[in-house]
Amino acid sequence: MPVSTQSPTGNQIASIENRVAAIESVLEDHAMQAAAFVDTFNHWATEEWVPENGARVVAKAWSEPDFRSRLLADGIAAIRELGLMMPAHHRHLVALENTATVHNVICCTLCSCTAFTVIGLPPDWYKDLEYRARVVRESRSVLREMGLALAPQIEIRIWDTTADTRYMVLPERPPGTEGWSQEQLAALVTKEGMIGVAKV
Amino acid sequence: MNGMHDLGGKEGFGPIRFAPNAPVFHAYWEVRANALYSLAVKHGVYNMDEYRYAIERMEPRHYLSASYYERSLTSLSTLCVEKGLVSREELERRAGGVFPLARPAVSGRTNRPGRQRFVAGDLVRVRSDHVSGHVRMPGYIRGKTGRVVSESPPYPFPDAHAHGIDAQTEPTYDVQFDSVDLWPDAAEPAKVHVAVFQSYLERAPQS
Repeated sequence: MPVSTQSPTGNQIASIENRVAAIESVLEDHAMQAAAFVDTFNHWATEEWVPENGARVVAKAWSEPDFRSRLLADGIAAIRELGLMMPAHHRHLVALENTATVHNVICCTLCSCTAFTVIGLPPDWYKDLEYRARVVRESRSVLREMGLALAPQIEIRIWDTTADTRYMVLPERPPGTEGWSQEQLAALVTKEGMIGVAKV
Repeated sequence: MNGMHDLGGKEGFGPIRFAPNAPVFHAYWEVRANALYSLAVKHGVYNMDEYRYAIERMEPRHYLSASYYERSLTSLSTLCVEKGLVSREELERRAGGVFPLARPAVSGRTNRPGRQRFVAGDLVRVRSDHVSGHVRMPGYIRGKTGRVVSESPPYPFPDAHAHGIDAQTEPTYDVQFDSVDLWPDAAEPAKVHVAVFQSYLERAPQS
């Protein structure tokens, strides 16, 4: 929210709800059927673009070595096998595989880009100034603060989403899950795990 | 532009407001703001580079104090005024008060002529460009050397695409930097991967 609701000229700043309604009416004037689209978008954002999508991808990659190879080689083609899509302007999806010696973490220092159709829309903390400023420079401390203490010998790789290539982390499969179904495995996978700020 | 949005490596920030499984939206106006800015893209009112640039043009005091979705709303509204869909006066009349918008755009630039193609393993240096218009090069890699890991499919050059001038597509390179090269003696060791447009890069002496 603005620091002050007064504009520099002393007039009152319109409420955020009124500003949204005003611009929505402008799009309606230009025949964009804005109100109907808000309903459609709300469905996509809350029902379709969910981390359960990425969780299915991860579970399949853990279970099927051939799929894992295809995912690492061409992310968009691989997720299409599961009926998942990316927007047209995301032309490349890179899956970043965590191992016993390498831990990957995703950020966007310039804005807040993510592979949202696969891992879900980003939460506040990902879009906040603090995460964007700090994670590239003090990743180990930031991860520890967020509850993920990594051993000093593990190499951290931070991926700054500065173009339209999108990333998802392929977490390590937890021990003790041998023989689990893909459905059981998928239930373990979180958005935080696919951003790389938590283990699965 | 060397704007307030270019946050990577800035110091003085406190703890991350982290909560697992945090909600994406807190109020319905946020859903509407997100929907409306993407609807305008769908209808070709502007492209994503113009959208990002209009956020970056927000007055810094407003940028820092606005929530993510208020920034979306400000960019959408600024571009609708600049593209002539509505006047600022009419927008403020409908909103019933002052409607803060972003500051004006400046000129963009076209793709760099004579761009070089790189392959995995090449050492590259990020050109020391200071661009007042839109640019997708975070300031923390300016002038720094890194190693090409891979090439991504070509995208329209954002420094042009955000300004409505001729934007050829060009590849982006996944370039791996060492955090201790980016911030000597002032960073925790890590590899930092950045997607860097071809126009921003030149070949570095190979080692």
